[in-house]
Amino acid sequence: MSEREIMEYDVIIVGAGPAGLSCAIRLKQKKPDLMVAVIEKSSEIGAHILSGAVIEPEPLDELLPGWKDSPPPICIPVENDEIWLLSQQGRRRLPTPPQQKNHGNYIVSLGAMCAWLAEKAEALEVDIFPGYAASEIRFTEDGAVGGVIIGDMGVGRDGQPKDTYMQGIEIHAPVTILSEGVRGHLSKQLIRKFELDKESDPQTYGIGMKELWRVQPGKSKPGLVQHTAGWPLDSHTYGGSFIYHLDKDRIAIGFVCGLDYQDPEFVPFEAFQQMKHHPMVHELLEGGEILSSGARAIAEGGYQSLPNTEMPGALIIGDAAGTLNVPKIKGTHQAMRCGILAADHLAETGAPQGFNARLRDSDVVKELHKVRNIRPGFYKGFWRGFLRAAIETVTAGKLPTTLKVHADDTALKKLDGYTPPDRQWVDRDLVPRDRLASVYFAATEHDEDQPVHLQILEPDVCTTRCVTEYNNPCTRFCPAQVYEMVEENGSKALQINSANCVHCKTCDIKDPYQIINWVTPEGGSGPNYQNM
Amino acid sequence: MKILVGIKRVVDYNVRIRVLPDGSGVDTDGVKMSVNPFDEIALEEALRLREAGKAEEVIVVSVGGDECQQQLRTGLAMGADRAIQVRSAESLQPLSLARALLKIAEREEPGLVILGKQAIDDDNSQTAQMLAALWHRPQATFASRLVLDGDTAAVTREVDAGLETIEVDLPAVVSVDLRLNEPRFVKLPDIMKAKRKPLDVVELDELGVSTEGQLAVGHHAPPPQREKGIMVDDVTQLAQDLKNRGLI
Repeated sequence: MSEREIMEYDVIIVGAGPAGLSCAIRLKQKKPDLMVAVIEKSSEIGAHILSGAVIEPEPLDELLPGWKDSPPPICIPVENDEIWLLSQQGRRRLPTPPQQKNHGNYIVSLGAMCAWLAEKAEALEVDIFPGYAASEIRFTEDGAVGGVIIGDMGVGRDGQPKDTYMQGIEIHAPVTILSEGVRGHLSKQLIRKFELDKESDPQTYGIGMKELWRVQPGKSKPGLVQHTAGWPLDSHTYGGSFIYHLDKDRIAIGFVCGLDYQDPEFVPFEAFQQMKHHPMVHELLEGGEILSSGARAIAEGGYQSLPNTEMPGALIIGDAAGTLNVPKIKGTHQAMRCGILAADHLAETGAPQGFNARLRDSDVVKELHKVRNIRPGFYKGFWRGFLRAAIETVTAGKLPTTLKVHADDTALKKLDGYTPPDRQWVDRDLVPRDRLASVYFAATEHDEDQPVHLQILEPDVCTTRCVTEYNNPCTRFCPAQVYEMVEENGSKALQINSANCVHCKTCDIKDPYQIINWVTPEGGSGPNYQNM
Repeated sequence: MKILVGIKRVVDYNVRIRVLPDGSGVDTDGVKMSVNPFDEIALEEALRLREAGKAEEVIVVSVGGDECQQQLRTGLAMGADRAIQVRSAESLQPLSLARALLKIAEREEPGLVILGKQAIDDDNSQTAQMLAALWHRPQATFASRLVLDGDTAAVTREVDAGLETIEVDLPAVVSVDLRLNEPRFVKLPDIMKAKRKPLDVVELDELGVSTEGQLAVGHHAPPPQREKGIMVDDVTQLAQDLKNRGLI
C-alpha cells in the first residue's frame, strides 16, 4: 500500500453539526489566518442531522449578530407551549415547567440550519468537506492526537479494493476537534484510550425518532410547541413526544425514549407509531403526508456523565461529549456554546490544555449542574421523577445531593422471570406501516458492496446466549430494522442489513453484551435527511 | 483534441421526488442536488481518454443559474480542466439547450462532445441527438463502449436487440449509457484544486441563442396512490370480491 497523501491544517474539525460549525466560524472570526477544515461523513451538510428542534437563540446572537436579517430557511418564533399527559384515549394538560417555557425561542430544522451555518463558515474561508468520513485518528510519535485519517473509498464487501478504489488521505493538524455528535466513532475510541471518563458516571442515552409531515391546510398552528408524556410508555420507561408546528402546513413530530428501558421485547419505533394514534395526534396527522423520517441517539447523562473533554492534541465538544440539557430537551444552544468556547480557548492559548477547566466553569456546565438530578430522578418511575423534577426546579439544583447515572446496556431485564407491562397498544392506520417503510423516508443509501460497518465482535453470542437471555433485542431496538434473525438450515443466524442504517448509534449503545461496534461506512453513505 | 462534456444539475437520485401541493412544480426546498449520474459517466470517460493520451483537454459545460456552478466545481474536482457556465435564468428544454451547446461547440471546436444519454429529472433523452443534427456531425447514442482511433470512434451502443457497434467520424456527439464505466470518487485535495481552476460564465443572450418554442408546462401531478389492500380467506372469496367490483 502506498503512502497516504497528506493535507495540513491548523485545526481539523470532525463533524459539521452546530458545535463544529460554530467552532469553525468563531475560529476564523478571531484568527482569520488560521487554516480550518471541517470533515463531514454525510453526503451534504445537514443530511445526517436530526433534531426537534426548538432552539435558544442566544449563542446565535453571540456568534452571528444580525442573523435574524437572513435567518435559516426554517425559523419560526415559538408562540405557545403545551404539555400533555396522555392516557390511551384521554389527555390532561400539565403546567409548563420553567425549563420548558419557550418564549423567545425558535423552531428550526437543525439540518437546514447547519447547511446555513456551513455557508457562513465557507464565506469565512473554512474548508468544508462533506462526503468524507474520518475513520481513524492519526497519532503523533509522542502519542498525541495529530489529525485524522479519511476512510478509503471503493473497497468491496470482502475488504479488497475495487476498480474505483481511492485511498483516504491523512489530515494533519496540531489541534483536532471532535464534534461528531452522540456516540461519535472517534470520540468513543479516544474516551477509552485516554480514560477520559474515569471520573465521570457512564453516559446514558435516549433514542429520538422524528418524522416531518405536511398536514391538511389549516391544521398546523405555526409556532405551537407541544410535548407529551405518559402513554404509550409505561411509568418505568422515560420518554415522551414533541409536536412542533412549522410553516407551510408542516409538522415536526417525534418521540424520545430513554435507552435505559428494561423490557427486552420493547420496540421503540412501535411506541412512536402508537403515540401518533392517540386521538389528539391522529386527528392532526390524518389526511396528511409524511415527508421525511429518521432517528438519532441523544446523550442524556448530563453533568454526571460529562467526560474530561481535553487530551493531548484534541478536544471533544457538543453532544460527542454529552452537553444536552435533558429537562429543556435542547442541545443545540449548548453545542454551539461549546464550539464558541473551544474556539475562544484555541484563539487565546493555541492549545487544548486548559479547555476542560474552562468548560466546567462556563454556562454550559453550570446549566447542566442545575438540572443534574432530574433525569436520574425518573429511574424510580414517572411520578417520583415528576416530584423530584419539581423539587430540583424550585431549588434550582442547589440541594447538596447528586444522583448517580446508570449505564443503558445493563438496564435490560432478562426474559426469564420478566413480565412486560400491559401497553394497551392500538391498531394503526397511519404511515409508515413498519420500519422498512419508514427507512424509505430517510432516503438512506449505502453502496452494498462495501465492508459491513456494523461489526459484531462475538457473533456466537447472537445465536446462543442472546437468543435465550434476551431474544435478540437488536432486532427490535434498531429503528431501521438493520438486524434480523433468519433461519438457515434449521439454525438461526444474524443477518445485518447494513444498507438500511440511519447512523443513529442505538445498537452500539443498547446491546446488552456490548459486542456491536458501529464504525464509519464509506463517506457519503447514510441517510439523506431533508429539513430534519 | 478537446472533449466537451455536458453537466446538468438535477435532484439527487436518492431523493424522493415530491410534487408541490399546488402542482406548480417539484419540491426542491432543502433537497440534495447532484450532477446527473449519466453526465458523471460522460465526464469519467472523457477523463480516461485524456489520461490515455487521446485528448489534451476536458471542458465541462452547464446551462443554468449560478447554482449549477456547484456541479461544475464537482466536475473540476473529478478532473476536468476548465468549466463554462452558460447563464440562463430560465430552465431550458432540449432544443434550446442543444442550440446553446452548439454555440459552445463552435467556439471551442472539440473533437468529441460527450453527454449523458438523458437527465434523470425530465428523462427527455433528446439533447445529444439535436446537437448532432444542428452541428451537422455524426451521433452515437447510448454508448457502452467507446474506442478512439485517429479520426474515428468505434462506439458500442445498447439497443433493444442487444449491442451494436458503429464507427463515426470525429468530431462527433456521443451520449453515454450506464455500463460505460463507473465514475471515480473525488479526491479530497482535488476539491481544493478545483476551486482554483477557471470557470467562465457566458450569458445565454450573448450567445444569441433563441429560447423560442419552449413548451409551456401546465401542471405537475404525482402518480395516483395505491389503495390499501384487503386480505381474503380463499380463492372463492377472491373471485367473489373481484366480481363484486366488476373486474371479472
